[in-house]
Amino acid sequence: MHIPQELKYSREHEWVQVNGNTCRVGITDYAQQSLGDVVFVELPEIGRVLERGEAFGVVESVKAASDCYSPLAGTVTAVNQELLDTPQLINEDPYGRGWIMEVEIANPDQLEGLLTAVQYEELVREGGA
Amino acid sequence: MNGEVKKTPLYALHLAAGAKMVDFAGWMMPIQYRGILEEHRAVREQAGLFDVSHMGEIRISGPGSMELVQRLITNDACSLPHGRVLYSPMCQPDGGLVDDLLVYRMGELDFLLVVNAANKDKDLAWIRSHGGAVLIEDQSDTTAQLAIQGPLAATILQRLTPVDLTPIRYYSYVHGRVSGEDCLISRTGYTGEDGFEIYLSPEAAPRLWERLLTAGTAEGLQPVGLGARDTLRFEAALPLYGQELSEGTTPLEAGLDKFIAWHKEDFIGRAALLAQREAGLTRKLVGLAMVDRGIPRPGYPVRCENREIGFITSGTFAPTLGQNLAMAYVEKAYAGVDQGVEVVIRDKGHKARVVPRPFYKRGQ
Repeated sequence: MHIPQELKYSREHEWVQVNGNTCRVGITDYAQQSLGDVVFVELPEIGRVLERGEAFGVVESVKAASDCYSPLAGTVTAVNQELLDTPQLINEDPYGRGWIMEVEIANPDQLEGLLTAVQYEELVREGGA
Repeated sequence: MNGEVKKTPLYALHLAAGAKMVDFAGWMMPIQYRGILEEHRAVREQAGLFDVSHMGEIRISGPGSMELVQRLITNDACSLPHGRVLYSPMCQPDGGLVDDLLVYRMGELDFLLVVNAANKDKDLAWIRSHGGAVLIEDQSDTTAQLAIQGPLAATILQRLTPVDLTPIRYYSYVHGRVSGEDCLISRTGYTGEDGFEIYLSPEAAPRLWERLLTAGTAEGLQPVGLGARDTLRFEAALPLYGQELSEGTTPLEAGLDKFIAWHKEDFIGRAALLAQREAGLTRKLVGLAMVDRGIPRPGYPVRCENREIGFITSGTFAPTLGQNLAMAYVEKAYAGVDQGVEVVIRDKGHKARVVPRPFYKRGQ
């Protein structure tokens, strides 16, 4: 399982790539493997204001629908439209072309609450969340 | 029933193959091996191998067996020749479904009923409560079942058996050896493809499983889990007990009319079903295709004219068709093909329309 060192992680299996005052968010390799083949993604609307921990979208596999939870408070500035027609990008490239949204960070202090790659790996090894 | 989760004779092989295991109807079963979409495609284009040893097998034989079977099921087992298989609903007096099952005519007075794993204990109690002195045996623990399904299933299976498979028609079976093991070879399945269901002893099942996989390597035979079994049966619009079928639904509502033998003298549920047929149905099982984006899931409400008119029983992304489809019970007035409806997904209406079932038919 792939857990890039440079990213931050949530306990709900989202990754966060910080870029100045914005960040890119997706679901982890572990999450996509657990879900299986992704066949549908519901994206948030651009401009939507999210609380930390708020459900912002849905990733659906053949078997089930799973909510995604925002790892940080902020405003959605971009979404990955490519996922609408090719949701399998989440399986194929979860940290790259399978990104889900970009958020303008409301409170940079919340970054401290995220997990490092090492901490996330421990969480996964202990059996998920 | 004890509280322990049961394992099929193939459990260790599933683990070794890296299958993702789930508890299904009290059994640890593989939900997927390489992935549901890949396994689904293998069955549609080449062949897939399923462990369906969790299914229940109930043998009814000897004096009174014919009368008992005829009374229990809605279809007609009397005219069923030896070597043939029958699909039938089994109803309560009110017409609600106890289960849906296969009946194998094993002899003049000898029937094998193959029932859903989740219903086996209930079915056995139901059958015994009507059985009087008739011999009723639960053979589930001494019977394993493999299914090989797909356009290349016959080619692969033929390599391992001296039995000529060509003359075995759909819904027929023979006894014969496969890879040296005594088997009942049945041309049946739950995928919408050609294929066979093979009944054999639990001891022989792992050997046959491995030999079949080896024999089918060149054709692309893959092990297939319950995940793809569900999407395959769904595309073929085969009903699943617990979703389309339940004690609260009748075979008429589920569109299983052709499996009711009205000409039979009597069977449990006949009067109620006859009354329902005469009064007319209030709801029907229909196919739905999503017009808006979204995947319909079991339990989601179906609306029309700002009113709830039904609910989804099964729904998924249909891999072969590339569409989001569902089966749903809706009020009869809205059951016509092309009727526009809305499926409520996460509190929001999404447009869908009624389409004919099955969604997928082999060779089309």
